[in-house]
Amino acid sequence: MNKMSWPGKIGVNLLAWLVSILMFFPIFWLILSSFKTNALAAAREPAFIFSPTMASYVNALVNSNYWHYALNSVYTAVGSTLLCVVLGVPAAYSMAFRRSKRTDFTLLWMLSTKMLPAVGVLVPIYIVYKNLHLLDSALGLTLIYTAMNLPIVVWLLYTYFKDVPGEILEAAEIDGASLVDNIVRIVTPLALPGIISTGLLAIVLAWNEAFWAINITNVHGATLSVFVSGFKSARGQFWANMSAASTLSVLPILVAGWFTQRQLVRGLTFGAVK
Amino acid sequence: MAVVELSNVGKRYPGAESLAVEDFNLTSEDGEFVVLVGPSGCGKTTTMRMIAGLEEHTEGAIKIGGRDVTGVAPKDRDIAMVFQSYALYPHMTVRDNMAFSLKLKKYAKSDIKKRVDDAAAVLGIEPLLDRKPRALSGGQRQRVALGRAIVRQPQVFLMDEPLSNLDAKLRVDMRAEIVKLHRKLGVTTFYVTHDQTEAMTMGQRIAVMKDGLVQQIDSPNTLYQHPANLFVAGFIGTPSMNFLTAEVSDNGQALSGPDFQLATDGPRRSVLADHGQTQVWAGIRPEHLHLSDSESADNRMQGQVEVVEPLGAMTMIQVLIGDTRVTAQIKPHQMVAMGDTVTLGCPSDKLYLFDKDSEMTLHGIDIGQSDAH
Repeated sequence: MNKMSWPGKIGVNLLAWLVSILMFFPIFWLILSSFKTNALAAAREPAFIFSPTMASYVNALVNSNYWHYALNSVYTAVGSTLLCVVLGVPAAYSMAFRRSKRTDFTLLWMLSTKMLPAVGVLVPIYIVYKNLHLLDSALGLTLIYTAMNLPIVVWLLYTYFKDVPGEILEAAEIDGASLVDNIVRIVTPLALPGIISTGLLAIVLAWNEAFWAINITNVHGATLSVFVSGFKSARGQFWANMSAASTLSVLPILVAGWFTQRQLVRGLTFGAVK
Repeated sequence: MAVVELSNVGKRYPGAESLAVEDFNLTSEDGEFVVLVGPSGCGKTTTMRMIAGLEEHTEGAIKIGGRDVTGVAPKDRDIAMVFQSYALYPHMTVRDNMAFSLKLKKYAKSDIKKRVDDAAAVLGIEPLLDRKPRALSGGQRQRVALGRAIVRQPQVFLMDEPLSNLDAKLRVDMRAEIVKLHRKLGVTTFYVTHDQTEAMTMGQRIAVMKDGLVQQIDSPNTLYQHPANLFVAGFIGTPSMNFLTAEVSDNGQALSGPDFQLATDGPRRSVLADHGQTQVWAGIRPEHLHLSDSESADNRMQGQVEVVEPLGAMTMIQVLIGDTRVTAQIKPHQMVAMGDTVTLGCPSDKLYLFDKDSEMTLHGIDIGQSDAH
C-alpha cells in the first residue's frame, strides 16, 4: 500500500470518502429532519437550508414521555447484557478450557438458534408470557434479550478465552487456584477487553431491538423502539417528530460507543497484537 | 524435600491404541536433580505432567514423599512447576505473580512479603518486583517463574524445558544458575529437556526416553561411557556417535565393511565370539577418531572428506566411508581439505558394539570403555 502512486492514493481516498458519505447520509438526514417542521420534513422537495426549530425535541422530551421509554431501554439493554455476561463467562470458560466431544456441536447449535426467524416463536412466547404475566414488562423483555444475545456472547467470549494460554491456567491450578479463582482472578482480567467489547455489542443489539419490544410491550415495559414507532400513527406520519425521537434514541448509544471506541477496537483486535 | 517414586507408571490417552508413556520406574533420591530427556514426543513432558497431577496416570503408582498421589489435585501435591512459556500472569506485577499461591493459601500479609522478598533476593530480581511481566526480558521472566516456584517452598520442583525460550548465551548462564539454586535449596527437582547438553550438565541422574519408553536411567558419565543401546549412544554426546554396519570375521578378531577394517581387543573379541552373529553395529565417537597416515594400521577407515568445519579449538570433518557419513574430531592444525582422501584410525578399546536387530549393547557392565580420552 505504501508504494501506491499518487493518482492511486487519491482514488482510494475518494472511494473511502464516498463510502463514508453514503453510510453516514441517512443519519445526517435524520438529524437534519429532526430540526424541521413536520410539514417541511414530509415535503417532496428535500430541503437542506431552512430555519431550524426545536419543536420536535420539545414534543419528544416534554409531551411524549421520552424518559420513561429511555429508562426502559437502559433497564433492558444493561440488564440483559449483565445477565448474558454472568451466564456467558462460565459457559465460554468450559467450552474453551474443559472441552468435550460435544463442545463444537454445542457452539454450532447455539449459533444455529440465531438462524431461526424470531417471528417463528412469537406466538408461543406471547402465550407463555401472558400466563406468566410478563407481557408489557421490562423484565420480560430483558429475559428475551438475554436469550437472544446469549449465543453471540458465549461465542465471542469463547474466541477471546481461547487466546488465554492454557499454561497460565495450569500454573494457577498448581498455585492452588480453584475453578472460581481461575475464572475470576485469571481468565476474566486477561480477557477483560474482549468481555467489555462483547458487552458493548450486546448492549447495542438489545438497545436497537424493535421486533420483540413492539410485539410484547406496549407502555409499561416499552423501550425507545416502541416510542419511535409510535410516531407512525393512524393520524399520519409525523416525520420531524419521529426524526427527533429517533435521534434521541440513537444518541445515548452513539455517545457511549464514542467513549468506548478505544476499548471496542482493542477488544476486537485482542489476540492479534499479543 | 521428598522422594518421588514412580512405579510402572503409564499413560493411555482415551481412545489411543498405544501408551504415551509405558512402564516408567524411577525412585529419586531426596534432593536429587533428575533430568528427563528425549526427542519430542517421547513422553517426557507427559511424565512430568503426571507427577504434577495436570494429567492423571492410567497405570502404576506415583508417590511423593511416601504418599500415593493418585487422584490428588495438583495444588495438594506440594509441588511447584516452571513452564516452558513461563506462564506468568500477565495482568499481575512480579510481586503479585510470586505471591499468588501464598495469597490463595491465606498466608499473613507480612509472611507473604517476607517470602517474596527472600525469593527475590535469591534470584536478584528485587528491582523488578513492581513491574508487569511484559516489561521484562526473557531472562528476567525466567527468573520470576523460578521465583514463583521457590516462594512456595515445595517438596518437589518440576521444570518443563524452562530454558528453551532463551537465547544460547543466556541459556548457558541460567543453566548454571539453576544448578546453583538447586544446590542451595536442596529440593528434589525433575527437569524436562530435549537438549542432551542441558541434561548432561545439569542432571545428577538422567532418564533417556524414546517413544514413551525409558531407554536408560543413569548418571551423565555412565550414559556416555556405557550406553545401553544404539539410541542412547546416538543421543548422548555431541556430535553424535558414528554407527557402521560391520561384518564379524575371524571369530570376532576383526570387523569390516566397505572401506573400513577394525581390529578388536580382547574383551570385545570374546563378546563377539559369544554373540555369534555375523553382523553387528559398530559405534565410534567422533572424539575417538583420529587421522592416521599408516595404511597398514589395524584400525583404519578410508574415505573422501565431504565437509570441513573448523571450530577453533578443534576441527570437525565428515568423511564418507562406504555409504556412511562419519564425523571425526581432529586437531585444528591438521590441514584437511574437502575432497581429500583420508585414513581415520580408532583405538580398539573405544569401539562400541550393538546387536544388529535389537540395537542393544553387546557389552556387559564389566567390559566398559576406558575412561581416558
